[in-house]
Amino acid sequence: MKIAVCVSHVPDTATKIKIAENGKTIDSNDVTYVINPYDEFAVEEALKTKEKVGGEVVVISLGGEANKESIRKALAMGADSGVLLKDEDERDSSSLAFALADEIKAQGAELVFFGKQAVDFDNSVTGQITAELLGFNCVSVAVAFNIEGDKVIAEREIEGGKEVIETKIPAVITAQKGLNEPRYASLKGIMAAKRKIIEEKNAISSPNKTEVVQMKKPHGKQAGKILGSDASAVPELVRLLKEEAKVI
Amino acid sequence: MTSKDDLQMLREMVKEFTDAEIRPLAAKIDENEEIPKELINKLAEVGLLGTAFPEEYGGGGFGEYGFCLAQEEVTKACGSTATFIGAHQSIGTNAIYLGGDENLKQKYLPDLTAGKKIAAFALTEPEAGSDAFNLKTTAKFDGNKWILNGQKIWITNGAIADVFSVFARTEKGITGFVVEKDFPGLSVGANEKKLGIKGSATNTITFDNVEIPKENIMGTEGRGFVIAMKTLDAGRIGIGAASLGASKEMLRLSVIFANERKQFEQSISKFQAIQFMIAEMTTKIYAMESMLYKVAQKYDEHKDVMQEAAIVKLYCSEAVSEVADIALQIHGGMGFSRELPIERFYRDARILRIFEGTSEIQKLVISRKTIKNNGEWKI
Ligand SMILES: Cc1cc2nc3c(=O)[nH]c(=O)nc-3n(C[C@H](O)[C@H](O)[C@H](O)COP(=O)(O)OP(=O)(O)OC[C@H]3O[C@@H](n4cnc5c(N)ncnc54)[C@H](O)[C@@H]3O)c2cc1C
Repeated sequence: MKIAVCVSHVPDTATKIKIAENGKTIDSNDVTYVINPYDEFAVEEALKTKEKVGGEVVVISLGGEANKESIRKALAMGADSGVLLKDEDERDSSSLAFALADEIKAQGAELVFFGKQAVDFDNSVTGQITAELLGFNCVSVAVAFNIEGDKVIAEREIEGGKEVIETKIPAVITAQKGLNEPRYASLKGIMAAKRKIIEEKNAISSPNKTEVVQMKKPHGKQAGKILGSDASAVPELVRLLKEEAKVI
Repeated sequence: MTSKDDLQMLREMVKEFTDAEIRPLAAKIDENEEIPKELINKLAEVGLLGTAFPEEYGGGGFGEYGFCLAQEEVTKACGSTATFIGAHQSIGTNAIYLGGDENLKQKYLPDLTAGKKIAAFALTEPEAGSDAFNLKTTAKFDGNKWILNGQKIWITNGAIADVFSVFARTEKGITGFVVEKDFPGLSVGANEKKLGIKGSATNTITFDNVEIPKENIMGTEGRGFVIAMKTLDAGRIGIGAASLGASKEMLRLSVIFANERKQFEQSISKFQAIQFMIAEMTTKIYAMESMLYKVAQKYDEHKDVMQEAAIVKLYCSEAVSEVADIALQIHGGMGFSRELPIERFYRDARILRIFEGTSEIQKLVISRKTIKNNGEWKI
């Protein structure tokens, strides 16, 4: 079975983000980019699935030359080949999904893994839109996944519990933390990745449906209040939590 | 050859592995004086027990350069684990790689580079420390096998090794042999109690009429000392990497501490005395890094680096001791406390000036060549 994994190349969550002068994008100088953490779960699940049912795993990423780093990481973990859909422009989720769906179709993939969200824009919809465009079934925010023949059983997190979903391939699964424990790229994997091919194509264009008009930093944290250091401060603390913070 | 991208990926992978699998255990490894078997298995699984060796022998194919990058990252978390890896790869296994014929390499290297077996390097003896040439262990040829008698001391990985690269006196000089732990007559002494790198096992190995199959000779008879010295070139470069990794970690911890710790109503990093200490550390680390990778690259290009490996070993091991001393000073009482890792780094650093040739022996090696060259600069 041909399995596709879509990976995003995102700023490391540990880096300090600055907003660029245009006020609409981030300043990418001094930013370390990494493979989107949720996509590592997606890669791992794709590899586990391949190990179980056979087939091949293709990694797809849309973006600039730098995205190859994340593709290579997935190849070093064990994916078979990579595709870079070249596009330096900012795309919204819908435009991104459009290009990814086109490539997934061209690849003939029947099972597609995404991370449940990319930690840069946090829109959490690319997987679902791609499924819709392809006419594939979709399970999002999966924490467990199993495939038997063409039957897919996945568990997803919902408020206060879990939901078990049964569907069929072709399908798109978006991965949540807890789905698996991503493997390390082994030394052998890193060397093997050198011999694997990353195909470069121009991403097909599709207009954005949304536009970023402005980016703002969140307000800085306000200074805390110290009410006292012994039990006598408790009544006042309870009052403030009730009346000011309104959390109890 | 490995490209910059691969080396970068290697460093990131080892960093990721170290942060998740080694750093959380480092204090326990020191306290329990043991590296858990599960950690050794995990190191083997990702390939960190064969980093340097060519892929045809099951290695990672990253050369000495890649090995140094990996050692640097591991030592940022745990000197004991780095010592275990160094003794296994850089000297124990490397002696077979450098000295063995093709059959011997095929027989042992795949299991060693995969970490299915662990190696140790056994040169030192009670009367042969710095004067390694004075070794007394003997191997006598007896028809179709060698009979080994004698004792090796201070052998890193002694208690956990499956395979020993042993150097013994034979008719034609000093000869290297591969000895398996299960060969009858080999016995391993108790773990030495040490100041630092406590998780790394150090043992006496005794050979009492140990029979070695004749094909287990390293190369040809009488070449053993050359093999041992060549192997130590790699070992000494690796010690440079361990020194560098430990130094970078201590610098990082010291700067975080100096920014957070307030005295006289300001961060201690505002005091010029502390700033100068940080400048000292930074400069030493820069020098270490510059020389280390230059020599590692030359080693991979098969150049003669005996003098330069000694320079790296001497400078880096002395520098890390100074860095450790400064780091402890910056941390004040907290540096002396076992609550923080600084005291462990301080203890672990000390061995680096002793094993694989003391600083004094490095100076002998370095000066010998310079004097032979009449002081002409030939590096
Ligand atoms: C923890 C640990 C692990 C080790 N692991 C291994 C291992 O895996 N395999 C192995 O084979 N060995 C190993 N060794 C042995 C190590 O290499 C020796 O301890 C080292 O070479 C020094 O030898 P020595 O201890 O006998 O000291 P000595 O040689 O007795 O030296 C004592 C002092 O005299 C100085 N000195 C000696 N000769 C001279 C000279 N000519 N000029 C000036 N000064 C001199 C030395 O520099 C030192 O300061 C290990 C040692 C330790 C402590």
